[in-house]
Amino acid sequence: MVQLTLPKNSKIRTGKTWPKPAGATKLRTFRIYRWSPDDGENPRVDTYFVDMDSCGPMVLDALIKIKNEIDPTLTFRRSCREGICGSCAMNIDGRNTLACIFGMDEVKGDVKIYPLPHMPVVKDLIPDLTHFYAQHESIMPWLETKTNTPAKEWKQSIEDRSKLDGLYECVMCACCSTSCPSYWWNGDRYLGPAALLHAYRWIIDSRDEITGQRLDELHDPFKLYRCHTIMNCTSTCPKGLNPAKAIAEIKKMMVERVV
Amino acid sequence: MSYKTDYQNVEGLGSAGEGVQHFWIQRLTAIALVPLAILFVIPFGQALGGGYEALIATYGQFGHAVTAMLFIAVACWHFTIGLQAVIEDYTAGFTRLVWLIASKLFGAVLGVSGVVAIATILFRA
Repeated sequence: MVQLTLPKNSKIRTGKTWPKPAGATKLRTFRIYRWSPDDGENPRVDTYFVDMDSCGPMVLDALIKIKNEIDPTLTFRRSCREGICGSCAMNIDGRNTLACIFGMDEVKGDVKIYPLPHMPVVKDLIPDLTHFYAQHESIMPWLETKTNTPAKEWKQSIEDRSKLDGLYECVMCACCSTSCPSYWWNGDRYLGPAALLHAYRWIIDSRDEITGQRLDELHDPFKLYRCHTIMNCTSTCPKGLNPAKAIAEIKKMMVERVV
Repeated sequence: MSYKTDYQNVEGLGSAGEGVQHFWIQRLTAIALVPLAILFVIPFGQALGGGYEALIATYGQFGHAVTAMLFIAVACWHFTIGLQAVIEDYTAGFTRLVWLIASKLFGAVLGVSGVVAIATILFRA
């Protein structure tokens, strides 16, 4: 259900301003969301200053530098640092993206960093994605077949394989789903752009044999039809994918079944 | 306290097996409203300047009356299913149920009243 204001215990306060590094000439200001489940305090925004002369170009470089040199309690997920694992998804300068492939030169003024919007926060920049992953599981993201398994492999033509381009690259970072107002208001029942993009990836896989069953599962006013083509998902996807188009293709297939 | 798994929370009561009709009819009525709105607005606008007598004369004609009735019926249908999507988006639980019933009732009353009014003019003429 729609919530236009934050609950009392989620209102963000001004936090600590950390000291500037000594002797730095090229400073950049970072305003970062902080919240710990252990102290019972409201979330706050801490201010950090990073010397850009000794920092890499990406936002993740600065976060790692802050954690290593200024404040070791700053908590965030990261792993591959090259846009493959999807771990470091967060809201930077008002946009959901991956910190590892988002350059600081793309931000004017202070760099403002928050966790992915409208998700329960585990700590600092880490959102709780258990529901999001369960939604992904619910669309059965694997090949399902009825025919006996061939001796070698399930064959696929080059043309059929090319239909998966623009879909299989999704790294499940959750940037798209957490940018979608429909997912914010009805995320308990609406599967969201990420899960639906993956659903479409299996629906159009020429080797999959339960296409009808997959469509049956999605035929629901909330699971699929909460998408109103707002397109935030497509505009924010750090991998340049188009979940809105995938959802539109599913809707077209649904109509094909009845017309 | 609930020990439901995350998967159970997502699965809920399963798929409703509904939604495509709503989606399809919303688009069909939207397309139908383009010519119907034009065909309705032109004679209505002309008759509006002429007062009560002109309106009665306009909708006493079979073509204008049928167009107006179709426009009102399709517009109310489109309005009702469009409003349903908004209600489902922004409300939940019992409030959602009340708003859904109220909006359907309102759409039905509006549509039937409009069609009956035009039909009355047509058959009186």
